[in-house]
Amino acid sequence: MEKLLVLTHVDESGAALTRASLESVAAGVEMAGALGATLVIGMVGAQTEAAANSVAGAASRVLTVSGEAFAQARYGSDAAACEALCRAAEATLVFAPASSRFARVMPGVAYRLGGFADTHITALSKGETLEASRWFYRQRVEAVVRRESRPWFLLLEAGTREPWNAAAGDVQAEAVAVTMPELRTTVTGVRAPKQDEQTIRPEAKILFVAGAGWTKKQADGQVHSGDAETLILGFLRSTDASLGSSKSLVDQSGENQTVLKFMTHMNQIGQTGATPRHAKGLSTCCHGEEPHVVGWRFINDRRAINLDANCGWARGKADVLYIADAFKVMAMVNALMAEKK
Amino acid sequence: MANSFHIVVCSSIVPDPLQTLEPAAGAAGSGLKNEMILPAVLDPWAACALYEAAELAAKHPGSKVWLVSLAPKAKLQQVMMTIAQKVPFELVAIDGPLGGFTDASATAAALAEAIAAIPGLDRGRLLLFGGWESASRGAGVTMQMTGERLGITDQFQGVDQITVGDDGSFEVLERLEGGKQQVSICVGAPAVLGWATGSLPEPPNRPQVGMANMRGIMPALQKAKSTKLDANGLSYVSVSLPKQRRETRLVKDMPEDEIAREIVQWIAE
Repeated sequence: MEKLLVLTHVDESGAALTRASLESVAAGVEMAGALGATLVIGMVGAQTEAAANSVAGAASRVLTVSGEAFAQARYGSDAAACEALCRAAEATLVFAPASSRFARVMPGVAYRLGGFADTHITALSKGETLEASRWFYRQRVEAVVRRESRPWFLLLEAGTREPWNAAAGDVQAEAVAVTMPELRTTVTGVRAPKQDEQTIRPEAKILFVAGAGWTKKQADGQVHSGDAETLILGFLRSTDASLGSSKSLVDQSGENQTVLKFMTHMNQIGQTGATPRHAKGLSTCCHGEEPHVVGWRFINDRRAINLDANCGWARGKADVLYIADAFKVMAMVNALMAEKK
Repeated sequence: MANSFHIVVCSSIVPDPLQTLEPAAGAAGSGLKNEMILPAVLDPWAACALYEAAELAAKHPGSKVWLVSLAPKAKLQQVMMTIAQKVPFELVAIDGPLGGFTDASATAAALAEAIAAIPGLDRGRLLLFGGWESASRGAGVTMQMTGERLGITDQFQGVDQITVGDDGSFEVLERLEGGKQQVSICVGAPAVLGWATGSLPEPPNRPQVGMANMRGIMPALQKAKSTKLDANGLSYVSVSLPKQRRETRLVKDMPEDEIAREIVQWIAE
């Protein structure tokens, strides 16, 4: 009989589980039922009492590792905590959210336990045994995998299922002791853009992608990067959209070409960038070549504005392609959005 | 030497991103159709890690960069013709299977074994670099497991920047969700850094660097140890291409104000 452990961690507030953790709990409840497995939930955080109460009724046991050392997302302490939880649960299957915190440590934890790890899992099912779907070659090939070896660690992509959502109750969590290694790393803080400069919004309904065309010479023979910045930021502010970019545009900052000042490599979508999940995507001044468009795999409703009717978006990659000047269109879009407010 | 590092960059080679990929089942399991004849490049994340390694080594005299690469050596030789011209490094080649369908833990075992056998490598000064993901398997697993096998428990993933202090400690910026970065200080090597894209552009080709590198690359390829990777119980139920192709509605000759209205309405839906 499989023993399934769902590893979770608290969010920035320190009091509640992250949404991705709650999605993993939901996956654990579903698959434990399908596989006839026992389900244990493990938690890491400075304080875990409230978080433990939020998963009342989900599992037979809740194990916690808590203390000030676990307020920080750091490899040494997090790996020790997760290793202790896995050993206490004697897990054969481990689900965990593919958050930056757990993606950092979980493969190492799997190694310590003589196990194996598969990541970016987008779906789970029961065939002959547990089967997991994931993408290869940057979202260009999809595969369903299974493993005979145990323990098997699976990192579940955020946004792929509804989170666990039940009334909180009183949970008698079991505290697990951790043998801490020598800690040579100190987390000193988090750098976040100021609120009005925030351009990456994972929860946004719409993704707005700016391509290199925004910094190229326009019809008058001049570059209008200042206007481009105003238009793009105006759109982001009025729609709360998340900003993405093609590689060619973010690379320009390293090549001393005209750049959009708020654009960094973290905005990059595609082959060597992110593959975000948003309901809609609007691409502007981007040619829609395959290495960029693979980053749109999980964006269902796609529109693009480009001057070139033969660009990549026209070849079955967008639902609608407007052949137009994005500078003019976005100026009017911003004006209309301002009127609506 | 104070603040000098032995930087080992782990890398794989991947199909050129512009190539069309088609899965194919072979005797050795899942793979890509015509995999061995597809043009290949150094994995883009590993390339970023290599450029950052070279920059760091240049700033800290006495440092050295090794590139440890697992791939069929004939393909590796092709890729080295280009990459060798970029930055100075010493190649450690492992002759093994190509592709994203191999098991990451087996890859980590092969890499760790090769790194542990590097003559003259000072493990106390070791910075293990690589991509935090790859353009093939894209697992984000190999670096952590390789680090664990080498006994390194200070690990950073999604690294954007490393800044070394006078005392040998270093500050690392790691990517978090939502465009944020975590700032950490590590007291010094050894450490694992899985790079995101870093901040350096691709260096220009430098023929003199290429000639110097090639003197070591050819012997390294000749003595590359052949390695078979264990599947570790991993099997593929299905491997397929996504079938979805959109019927794109091409909108030409529509005035900009009408397009804008349509977009605003679409956003509101």
